[in-house]
Amino acid sequence: MNLTLKVWRQKNSKSTGNLVDYKVSDISPDMSFLEMFDVLNEQLINKGEEPIVFDHDCREGICGMCSMYINGRPHGPKDLVTTCQLHMRSFKDGDTIVVEPWRAKAFPVIKDLAVDRSAFDRVIAAGGFISVNTGNAQDANNLPIAKSKADAAFEAAACIGCGACVAACKNASAMLFVSAKVSQFSLLPQGQPERYKRVQNMVAQMDSEGFGNCTNTGACEAECPKGISLENIARMNRDYLTAKLFSEEEA
Amino acid sequence: MSNFNSNIPEGELTQKWTKYRSSVALVNPANKRSIEVIVVGSGLAGASAAATLAEMGYKVKCFCFQDSPRRAHSIAAQGGINAAKNYQNDGDSVYRLFYDTIKGGDYRAREANVHRLAEVSANIIDQCVAQGVPLAREYGGLLDNRSFGGTQVQRTFYAAGQTGQQLLLGAYSALERQVGMGKVEMFTRHEMLDVVVIDGKARGIIARNLLTGELERHFGHAVVLGTGGYGNVFFLSTNAMGSNVTAAWKIHKKGAFFGNPCYTQIHPTCIPVSGDHQSKLTLMSESLRNDGRIWVPKKKDDPRKPQDIPEDERDYYLERRYPAFGNLVPRDVASRAAKERCDAGYGVGASKLAVYLDFTANTERYGRIEANKQGNHHPDKETCMRLGREVIKEKYGNLFDMYAQITGENPYETPMRIYPAVHYTMGGIWVDYDLMTTVPGLYCIGEANFSDHGANRLGASALMQGLADGYFVLPYTIGSYLSKEISTKAIPTDHPAFVEAENHVKSTLDRFLNIKGTKSVDHFHKKLGHIMWEKCGMARNAKGLTEAIEEIKALRKEFWSDVRVPGSSDEFNPELEKAGRVADFLELGELMCIDALHREESCGGHFREEFQTEEGEAKRDDANFSYVAAWEYKGESVYELHKEELNYENIKVAQRNYK
Amino acid sequence: MGSLSKTFTSSVGRKFVMGLTGLFLISFLIVHVSINALIFLNDGGQTFNVAADFMGHNLIVRIMEIGLFAGIILHIVQAIVLTAQNKAARPATYAYSNASANSTWYSRSMGLLGTLILMFLILHLYHFWWPTKAAVFNHEEHDTFQNITMVFQELWVVIVYVLGVISLGYHLLHGFQSAFQTMGWNHKKWTPIVKAIGFWFSIIVPIIFALMPISIYLGWIS
Repeated sequence: MNLTLKVWRQKNSKSTGNLVDYKVSDISPDMSFLEMFDVLNEQLINKGEEPIVFDHDCREGICGMCSMYINGRPHGPKDLVTTCQLHMRSFKDGDTIVVEPWRAKAFPVIKDLAVDRSAFDRVIAAGGFISVNTGNAQDANNLPIAKSKADAAFEAAACIGCGACVAACKNASAMLFVSAKVSQFSLLPQGQPERYKRVQNMVAQMDSEGFGNCTNTGACEAECPKGISLENIARMNRDYLTAKLFSEEEA
Repeated sequence: MSNFNSNIPEGELTQKWTKYRSSVALVNPANKRSIEVIVVGSGLAGASAAATLAEMGYKVKCFCFQDSPRRAHSIAAQGGINAAKNYQNDGDSVYRLFYDTIKGGDYRAREANVHRLAEVSANIIDQCVAQGVPLAREYGGLLDNRSFGGTQVQRTFYAAGQTGQQLLLGAYSALERQVGMGKVEMFTRHEMLDVVVIDGKARGIIARNLLTGELERHFGHAVVLGTGGYGNVFFLSTNAMGSNVTAAWKIHKKGAFFGNPCYTQIHPTCIPVSGDHQSKLTLMSESLRNDGRIWVPKKKDDPRKPQDIPEDERDYYLERRYPAFGNLVPRDVASRAAKERCDAGYGVGASKLAVYLDFTANTERYGRIEANKQGNHHPDKETCMRLGREVIKEKYGNLFDMYAQITGENPYETPMRIYPAVHYTMGGIWVDYDLMTTVPGLYCIGEANFSDHGANRLGASALMQGLADGYFVLPYTIGSYLSKEISTKAIPTDHPAFVEAENHVKSTLDRFLNIKGTKSVDHFHKKLGHIMWEKCGMARNAKGLTEAIEEIKALRKEFWSDVRVPGSSDEFNPELEKAGRVADFLELGELMCIDALHREESCGGHFREEFQTEEGEAKRDDANFSYVAAWEYKGESVYELHKEELNYENIKVAQRNYK
Repeated sequence: MGSLSKTFTSSVGRKFVMGLTGLFLISFLIVHVSINALIFLNDGGQTFNVAADFMGHNLIVRIMEIGLFAGIILHIVQAIVLTAQNKAARPATYAYSNASANSTWYSRSMGLLGTLILMFLILHLYHFWWPTKAAVFNHEEHDTFQNITMVFQELWVVIVYVLGVISLGYHLLHGFQSAFQTMGWNHKKWTPIVKAIGFWFSIIVPIIFALMPISIYLGWIS
């Protein structure tokens, strides 16, 4: 396949960027999207140009590092895949593909297609945990958990923290990410002692990072490579409002 | 002189760890506050260690090269984590897990370490569940288990096909909690490029801020490496693109011995290579071997579709050769058997380098059970398959999706094609019982150390070892060293040793940029990978290894004169990062071949063609090679061998038999 | 700032206010549309006028009216603040975005639809609310029905009203179920029902509203 790429190039966080056109040829449909970028970068290096910087690591759809906004959608045209698991058979010979970085105030561009997602870590540090020190645990089977609850918690916990939800949302809201973690612990008995404190702290941190607000368009859920459900946001809202309006414990 | 003594505690095997824990020196809380520990790596081992050390009161600095500690490659582990809980009432015990691990490792692991691992395995599950890790459960609300290779009990805990992800996110949460409390200072997008040794003790690191290119000096009373394995020396492996040996290799060059570098695990069930463009290989979890049967056609070059080949014209070669363990033989055995069939000309697919992993039989079986549950006692085949597919989907849905994504084929309809691929490295930095390297104050945990797996690791044991080291072993054993360091004041980073280390790092970076050659870093990496796979891969021989050593030396020379690294060192420059990593792989590859050449026996993942039984099984030489090969760096291409004899007092050493 | 006031300036809190005022306004729509529907009795506006008169004079209703205006203003103010925050959350926009692949246009256009509704509302208040108020203030008799039949003689007014209620329909189509989601009232069993009610509410209520000017203009009602 032969393709035209329009790729966002930006020297660093301070400079302004622009879309640059590249041609790639002899692309195999079995290549992943990132392997196609490897080919392009090899070309650029051989020509003495600077290769395109993009984040990637595991290339099997689980680390959450890859993050390309492809043809107007995070992780490209296929549902439930990350950029690294998007294969070129999803495109046609002669296609023009526009590739941009995630765009959000809370995710500043570092260089080219790489953005800074450390805001997510700070949200987790604000409350995305159960406060249990190593060595304090009781026997794992002393706490039976209904399979349905455990499965629901797992589905929420499957979030890979890639940030596609933020990238897709017209408001650059991080509520799907935050609510997935809130939900995981809110569904499990282990998470109950800190349930209301956790949701308040995580929402406060999320707000201070400059993410937008949720307007329930559902774009995040549609674009999430792991199919994290919008129900998590409702659960987070419920927990948050319960905590703020009815709990006497201050966060 | 380096500290090459395994320091295994005296006493009876089952009591060693208990006694050690009760007698190891402690550091009082006030002193812990002024002791700084550097943890490099944030995978299962690194994150759990950093979190636990901070909980105990130490001041911790943690480094990772990714943009977040949550991205470490432990996240990609699929199948599960072993623990001797005996929840299934199938006769499991600490001793059995210990025994299976030693046997699975082909009698090349240290008894005391493995027993300790088996002892703490149960604590890991408790700890993770307490952290809210959503492990799979049965309808009664209790934890579920599944089987893995090399064992006859069900002791593997799991979270769908994402166990590594869930466990890592648990450790990551614990780590971020400490970050939030200010007890751990986290340095993301930082790469350790050297260790600083002062008066023979590890006292800090030089790290490069990957975004700005700035070199930073960090002091620590002790330095802990949890930097993972070096499978990427093969270019194509199931490791992440960024996984590398650099931190481990730097400490090796500063005096830490490298243990058993040739022990590489080739995982039997990976998606086969599809073309030259391929950048990495993807694993299909070993758990699939629970329900998948592996076969090749009995006829060479059979052009028929797998579905059209009748049962009696299929060779279920694992079931044929190993009736007792069948499809659940250990990884090294399964991989070699696949290679044997393909080399003999029975391979399938376009490349002929693949075998079938077929779920039809078990899909039908599950379907029949489901139909029975629904009151249909005489279901037809189609009903069975339809219902069975739903069961299979629930168990392995994400893996099947991934397979379909990558190959464009539907694995529910047609058997998967699989082939072995590099997956894990049992070898690594040599450590003593305390997990300390031969450099005092320098520790190595998780896959990065030469570990508890001997010459072959059993499935679902990597997660166990990483978390055992990080949560339950290192936090105790490090006290033995730090208790002697309570009066050591923080050493200012303008100390000459820091300056010298930084200058060395800087000159190496400048050297890469100044070569201005004609070939990309990947070009050299691919070439190295090819040499390693062909000559130091699933089967090795003296001739090939000797050639490989020369080829690697030549390639290294070419690299240092013709590599092209664009950009500069004071910016975000992934090509420069890669150059540094490949330069280290080019040295490590040679040492792996040297080690493989010297070990004139076959054991576990190390298969020397000259040393096999008549049936083609690995033939160990316990009389001459029952030792850990610990290599000391003496200068370019010069390595001195030290031997740590392995003594088996609690286990009868025997030829492995999975028949 | 106290903890409660902080609640209402947080992202979830502001959304809570949006949802709550939205649901309150929806409840008003039910009252409004019910009274409107009385004209279809085709009794020369007799019943309708009784109801309108009651709404104009009853003390409780008039207190609630203040609440209604407060609700509308709160809904609008929050919308403006949220929109500003949301715009600020993405200072650099995408060169190419294919948003229709992941969301409906009206869910993304609540601000625009709301603005259209507001513009319509101003006209609507000018037409009907103001004359009623003036009459009450001056202790005059006011024939609301007559006023209606007069206003809807103009074609452009009818068109504006129809467009206004179409905007309202789409606004409700997203807003109704969205309010429940924001309040956290979701449930495996009940949410599909809420969504179905929201869907039909967003279609039926605007149709009844639209039928009034249309039928008067076409002379179906006199």
